[in-house]
Amino acid sequence: MRTVLLRLLGALPALAGVILVTFLLTRVLPGDTASYFAGPTASAESIAQIRAELGLDRPLPEQFFRYVTALAQGDLGMSLTTGQPVLADLTARLPASVELTLAALLLAMGIAIPLGILAAVKQGSWADHLCRIVVTAGVSLPVFFTGLLLVYVFYFILGWSPAPLGRLDAFASAPPTVTGLYLVDSLLAGDMETFRASLAQMALPVATLGLFALAPIARISRGSMLAVLSADFVRTARASGLSPRYVILTYAFRNAMLPVLTTLGMVFSFLLGANVLVEKVFAWPGVGSYAVEALIASDFAPVQGFVLTMAILYVLLNLAIDLLYGLVDPRARMDA
Amino acid sequence: MHRRSLLASALAAPFVPKLAAAQTAAPSRRETLLLVQEYGPNSLDMQGIGSAQPVNGVSVNCYDRLLRFKPVPLPGGDGSTFKIDQLEGELAESWQVASDGMSATFRLREAKFHSGRAVSAKDVKWSLDRAVSIGGFATTQMAAGSLEKAEQFVAVDDRTFRIDFLRKDKMTLPNLAVTIPFVFDSELAQRNGGGDPWAKEWLKNNVAGSGAFRVESWKPGVETIYVRNDDWTSGTLPTLRRVITRDIPSPSTRRALIERGDADISYGLPPKDFKDLIEAGKVKVVGVPVPNALWTVALNAATGPFTDVRLRQAVAWAMPYEKIMQASLFGRGVPMWGATGEATTAWPQPYPYNTDIARARALVQQAAPGGVTTTLIFDAGAATIAEPMAVLIKEALAPIGITVELQKIPGANFRGELNKKTAPMAINRFGGWLDYPDYYFFWNYHGNNSIFNISSYQNPEMDKLIDAARFTADPAEYKRDVEAFVSMAMREVPAIPLAQPLHDVAMQKNIGGYQFLPSREPDFRSLTKG
Amino acid sequence: MSAAQTTTATRPREAGAAWRHARHVVTGNPVTALAFALFFLLLLCAALGPFLVPYDPLASDTANALQAPSWAHPFGTDQLGRDILSRVVVATRLDMTVAIASVVLVFALGGLAGVAAGYFGGWTDRVVGRIADTIMAFPLFVLAMGIVAALGNTVTNIVIATAIVNFPLYARLARAEARVRREAGFVQAARLTGNGEWRILLTQILPNILPIMAVQVSLTMGYAILNAAGLSFIGLGVRPPMPEWGIMVAEGASFIVSGEWWVALFPGLALMLAVFCFNLLGDGLRDIVDPQRRG
Repeated sequence: MRTVLLRLLGALPALAGVILVTFLLTRVLPGDTASYFAGPTASAESIAQIRAELGLDRPLPEQFFRYVTALAQGDLGMSLTTGQPVLADLTARLPASVELTLAALLLAMGIAIPLGILAAVKQGSWADHLCRIVVTAGVSLPVFFTGLLLVYVFYFILGWSPAPLGRLDAFASAPPTVTGLYLVDSLLAGDMETFRASLAQMALPVATLGLFALAPIARISRGSMLAVLSADFVRTARASGLSPRYVILTYAFRNAMLPVLTTLGMVFSFLLGANVLVEKVFAWPGVGSYAVEALIASDFAPVQGFVLTMAILYVLLNLAIDLLYGLVDPRARMDA
Repeated sequence: MHRRSLLASALAAPFVPKLAAAQTAAPSRRETLLLVQEYGPNSLDMQGIGSAQPVNGVSVNCYDRLLRFKPVPLPGGDGSTFKIDQLEGELAESWQVASDGMSATFRLREAKFHSGRAVSAKDVKWSLDRAVSIGGFATTQMAAGSLEKAEQFVAVDDRTFRIDFLRKDKMTLPNLAVTIPFVFDSELAQRNGGGDPWAKEWLKNNVAGSGAFRVESWKPGVETIYVRNDDWTSGTLPTLRRVITRDIPSPSTRRALIERGDADISYGLPPKDFKDLIEAGKVKVVGVPVPNALWTVALNAATGPFTDVRLRQAVAWAMPYEKIMQASLFGRGVPMWGATGEATTAWPQPYPYNTDIARARALVQQAAPGGVTTTLIFDAGAATIAEPMAVLIKEALAPIGITVELQKIPGANFRGELNKKTAPMAINRFGGWLDYPDYYFFWNYHGNNSIFNISSYQNPEMDKLIDAARFTADPAEYKRDVEAFVSMAMREVPAIPLAQPLHDVAMQKNIGGYQFLPSREPDFRSLTKG
Repeated sequence: MSAAQTTTATRPREAGAAWRHARHVVTGNPVTALAFALFFLLLLCAALGPFLVPYDPLASDTANALQAPSWAHPFGTDQLGRDILSRVVVATRLDMTVAIASVVLVFALGGLAGVAAGYFGGWTDRVVGRIADTIMAFPLFVLAMGIVAALGNTVTNIVIATAIVNFPLYARLARAEARVRREAGFVQAARLTGNGEWRILLTQILPNILPIMAVQVSLTMGYAILNAAGLSFIGLGVRPPMPEWGIMVAEGASFIVSGEWWVALFPGLALMLAVFCFNLLGDGLRDIVDPQRRG
């Protein structure tokens, strides 16, 4: 418990840094939000009027103070592009991003971990090389390009994938909200049709994002497995006559997974950043596309809210992984 | 809205077997339209400050105005457009301009708001008062038609409404048909205003209108769903019962959806896509030349190298017009170069320049023999069209001694940059809602130096002509003034017109009844499917 | 993503032995050999590209816009009629510049900061750690977007944004390595012979960790190019009409659906090849540097 609190406290300076830097960045953005939203035929007076309404004519420190005070009360400000409170927007859109990223992560893990282990076990063989090539190719293309290619091939030409209209077809309706993740919610409601429909809509974006996560996971699985396979205790296990499969799966695998676990946290937060582009291509109503649209329009509040949310998620995630790691591996429990 | 449909279905429940195939059934796919757009409305109140372009669509479909534009059939027969002086009544059953020409009286028809309350003249007054008082774009647009003070609006009785004019202005009546002076259910708004006399917050998130459609659900950034108001009396009841508009930011995806038939209608695609769709012939494309609109290259006449008119003319002669039409607009525009006769009163009209490098070079030799280095700015948000234009311009001006550095300005900053009035060259598109040449010139070339006067052009002669044309009642004088200021603009070229843009909309072949309006937003009321 | 903790500190190897070892690894590992060959090809294109290409990459020819690949234009032409092959080859220079400049910058900043943090400890360590934590807490691509949007979309700013975003990784890596070597024999020897702390840092420790950082460097080069491509997609990439793979892919992406696949495919392939090469190079370098620590 104490470690949890200590870690959380330790993360506070980083969070403070994030708040400050985001604020400064958005204020330094050379866009004049006021004239953008005053509209096409605005005169200087109406622009000034809007600027005053948005509080943008105050000195920077005062703006910052107001921002932080509002933050402390849970008010993340208003979005000018959607016209809604940022907190409401983020809450509504976060499940979409989380569902996408989690699914992509699971898919990537499902492919990359076995691949990495195989490459490690059969080190130097063609399987090893193939693994390297396939996995590296996935991460070498810009993610939006892969996305558009997949849309073109699987939707436009082959017609296998449903229309990239977002999370659900326009004529279907969402399952009753429990977690916000359509797959989970539709299962909970027993609605198999919506489950299938959501799954179909998710196929392409998840594949695009998952491709991107293959390489780091495979790499660390392979590396970690290699290190473990050459360790003494594995050599002992082999010498004791245990079957190779047993050695690999029971002894080596479990120990090799520890560094993979740490990397997963980094990969997850890396994906949360990368899904910004995937969401744009597939019209996925997540927080990534929300932030990008806002940034282009010099709409500060959503960008600040998005970055802050991601930062908090990142801290919590790392904390969870560290704790998990500590639970699993007693050696790692006492550390700085 | 949910409550209403729930109540309806609850009441209808005992009768469902009998009414199985009839009205209480949910709208079928044939009665539902799926529109895909780049982004949706960020408010439901077009009068509100900060409302983006798509909010015009909410105003058109969910609210009524006193007047609307009469549908004028398009030459191709694929739908209708409008003419600025051809109006018909929407909420107004009839209207009459006073004999002294200083007021107009409107007789309101029997219409009901979505809430069930009858529309009365005091609602109209409240709404128009709001439009002129709320500030921002709404107030500016009202003022463009000499609608400036609340005192002008008089609710004579429940069904009679009068507007007193400040001056005789041909733009006043057309200005009542645009998307700004729409009529709110003032009682509903004030009840929910929470202290704000104009109920800005509440009206931003709720529709309180009498229009042909209601908003069933609004998820900003995702989709907006409209459902028909079956009690609409201000026009022919729409055939569509439900309209789903979904936000799909990627234009490639929107095109794919239209081509595969998974979406019914879309607009805002790159011009090349429209050209391809027309050639492929699987979907219908309706392209309407946008009235009063032009793509131009504005040259700064107040500071920088282009204060010299000879250099401006040089650029006009060097401009690669054909290449731009091909490679940037893909033919989706009306050429605005190569005129041979005198100026007319049509606007936009072609200028007498074409690509003549020799002439351009000679002028540059005269004005700046050592050559010129300058910058050209354009809006990153319009990059699909503006960027090829910019690249071609840069390439065309290099051989005659004008070196251009291109600056792509992100959307939010572009207005700010224009406001600074320091950019030597800028690519911009302007379109006025009120289709008069003097309207265009007022915003673009008048000494009042509005944000659209990108060239910062100041010429008292020009101002005199524009002001005269604006308010004269004499058609002969009007013709003289317009031809004079157009000729002046042709000689002085503070801005070089490239093309009049087409507003293209792609739709499945079974969609009909397209109506083009000044705000360019889709009008669902006249659309038919199947 | 990050190298595992090392348990041994080694003296810089003899140059000859290192070369022999490298050759041994490369010949035993054909994929790495391929990566090296590709890398040199890229450098060649970057250096000599503009002189070898058949067409001027900036010359437009709208009458021949969007032509499919043919003998005259092996990669086809783009929407302004420019030859894509010429543009792809000439873009190598800009993209390699972005990649190399980014890593040089981040290596200098991050490496130095990390080494100082690891070597001196105390306040330096804490400050560098806090800065790294703050940066890491951001969704990295969004941070890059924000920096470029704020500073303006020039090549310099894209390089700066990439460097800032990768700073924590290098700082952490350098710090870990420096900490380990802090009390190593050769460092103590240098101290005894009267070298100042900073001198030791720069002349002894930094060169020592170079091989290990080299692995990360090649991965970052790949990331830098992809980052620039992503920024171009949003509209924050390099200014037109500069040929750069990322912006060519971003522009060409809108032509995929209309069937002009070549506008995006060839720059995309070039980009993929380069990033692919860098990633494989990273793996190969890791094998060369310390076979015990593969992975």
